[in-house]
Amino acid sequence: MAQHKVNYAAEGGLPVVLTTVDKLVQWGRSNSVWALTYGLACCAIEMMAAGASRYDFDRFGTIFRASPRQADIMVVAGTLTKKHAEFIRRLYDQMAEPKWVISMGSCANTGGMFNTYATVQGVDRIIPVDIYLPGCAPRPETLQFALMMLQKQIRRESAFRALKPKRLV
Amino acid sequence: MKQQVNRLQPFFENVSFDRDDNHMVVNFGPQHPSAHGQLRLILELEGEEVIKATPDVGYLHRGMEKMGENMMYNEFLPTTDRMDYIASTSNNHSFALAVEKLINVEAPRRAKIIRVMLLEINRIISHLFWIATHALDVGAMTIFLYAFREREFVMDLMEDYCGARLTHSAIRIGGVPQDLPEGFIESMDKFIKQFPIDIKDYEDLLDKNRIWKMRLEDVGVIDQEMAQSWGVSGPALRATGFQWDLRKESPYEVYDEIDFDVPFTDSCDSFGRYKLYMNEMRQSIKIMAQCIPLYEASEAGVMAHAPEYISASKEEIMTQNYALMQHFVLVTQGMRPPVGEVYSATESPKGELGFYINSQGDPYPYRLKVRAPSFWHTGLLQDLLPGHQLADVVTIIGNLNIVFGEIDR
Repeated sequence: MAQHKVNYAAEGGLPVVLTTVDKLVQWGRSNSVWALTYGLACCAIEMMAAGASRYDFDRFGTIFRASPRQADIMVVAGTLTKKHAEFIRRLYDQMAEPKWVISMGSCANTGGMFNTYATVQGVDRIIPVDIYLPGCAPRPETLQFALMMLQKQIRRESAFRALKPKRLV
Repeated sequence: MKQQVNRLQPFFENVSFDRDDNHMVVNFGPQHPSAHGQLRLILELEGEEVIKATPDVGYLHRGMEKMGENMMYNEFLPTTDRMDYIASTSNNHSFALAVEKLINVEAPRRAKIIRVMLLEINRIISHLFWIATHALDVGAMTIFLYAFREREFVMDLMEDYCGARLTHSAIRIGGVPQDLPEGFIESMDKFIKQFPIDIKDYEDLLDKNRIWKMRLEDVGVIDQEMAQSWGVSGPALRATGFQWDLRKESPYEVYDEIDFDVPFTDSCDSFGRYKLYMNEMRQSIKIMAQCIPLYEASEAGVMAHAPEYISASKEEIMTQNYALMQHFVLVTQGMRPPVGEVYSATESPKGELGFYINSQGDPYPYRLKVRAPSFWHTGLLQDLLPGHQLADVVTIIGNLNIVFGEIDR
C-alpha cells in the first residue's frame, strides 16, 4: 500500500472550499445586481455619473438595463409625482423576482422639499423599499455605498426560502 | 346622492389604440431610457414613419411656481436648483438677477465676475452632459464615458467653490456667498488649457463618424419660421442662422466687457446643432480665461450693501449689533421688495431662461412665473417629429436638450 503523506497544514489547507448552496447563489446574485434605468429627476444625473467613468458601477456587477424584465433592482432616482405613480407600480410589478428597490434622494424617501399637491410623499407608499438613501442629490459615492449595503443584505437572505412579502409603509 | 366625480380627463385618454386605418399608436414614455426624463409622446405611425406626435408633459410637475408664492425670496433660491438640474447655477443666477432688478440692487464687481465664471462652468457642464447623453442615445458609448470624465473635472471646480456637485445654490441675491477659494484660479487655468484638447477628442470621434453623420444630418430640421413661431431659443435658434444670444443682446453681469463670439450656423439640422454646441464650449473657455485678469484686478467684496434687503457679511453679523438685528429680521420675516413686477431673461445653456416676479410688497412674491426654454422646445416636437422615422425621434429628443425639471417645474 502506497504510503504517502500530504501535509495539508503546510500546503495551505485542502484545495476545497466548503459553502452552502444558499451562500453561493446569493453571492452570485449580489454581485450581478442589474439596475433598471429609472431616472426621474435630478438624482438621475448622479446615477448616470455613478455609472460613468470616474465612479464606474460596472465593477460592482451593476449594469443599467432599460427593461424591467432584465433588472434586479430599481433605483428610484428623483421625485415621484402623482401623475407618474401608476407607472412606477406597473414597472415594479413587471420586474422578475427576486427584486429590490433603492430609494435614492430625499424626494424619493419622503417627498423632500416638495411638499406640494403634485408629489407623492415618499415612494414607499407605492412600492416597498429596501434601502433609503438620503441626500439632495446624493453623491455617486453614496449610491455606491447604498449598493454595497444592498449586496450585504442580499447575501444574508435565503436563496430558496420564499421571501416574506414586503410591506408598503 | 351619488357624488359627482370631478376628475379632469387627460386628453390622451381618448386615443384609441385599436384602429383599422393601418396606423399604429405608440406610447413613448413616460419612462423611456432615452426620453431624457419623463417625456410621454403619443406617436401615430404609418409603417416606421411618424405622422402625428403629441407630447404629454407634467410627469415631473412638482408645483414649483406655487411653492415660490409661499416662500420668501431667499428661501426659494435653492428650489431653483432643481429646475434645470444640469446647470443649477444658471437658474440661481436668473432668479437672483430678477430679484435684484426688483429691489434695485446691483452685485459688486467681483461678484459679477465670479458669477460669469460659474455660469460658464455650468454651461460647459451642461453641454458636456448633452453630448454624453445624446451620443449614448444615438449609439456612441465611448463619447459618454469621455464626456463624463471631463465633466467630473468641471464638477470638481464647482465643488471647490460651493461644496455641491449638482445642486449648487452658488449664487445669492445681491452677490455670491463667498470669494473664490485658494487654488481655484490655478485649477481653472489648468482646465482651460486642457479642455480644448478634450473637445478635439470628441470631434475626432464624431465629426467624420459615418453612423453619427447619417443619424444627425438632415434630421430634425428647424427652419427660421418654425423656430420663431414656437419661441425657440438658445442653440436651437442659433442653428437656424439667427445670431441671437442674450449675453450679447442685453448684456448682464460683465458680459459686455468680454470679447467672445456667438457661434451660429444656418444648417438648421441636428448635425449643425452638434457643431454649435462644440463651438459654444470653446467660447465658454475663452470667456473663463478672460475672467481671470478681470478677477485679479477687482477689489474684494462679494455681497451688495443694502441693509434693507440683504444681510451683512458673517463677520459683521458676529461683531456688530445692528447687523445682527438686520440679519435676524431678514431671516425670520424676509425681505420686502417694493410693489412692482419684473421680468428678467438670461441665456441659460438651453436658451432664454426668464423669471417673472410680481411683488405686492410682501415677503412672498404674489406670482412667480418661470419661462423655461425646454418647455417651448417640447411643444415644438409636435411640429418637428411628423415625417421622421421612429428611430429619429430619439435623435431629435436628445438633440433638443430638454430637461424635465424645468419643463414641468
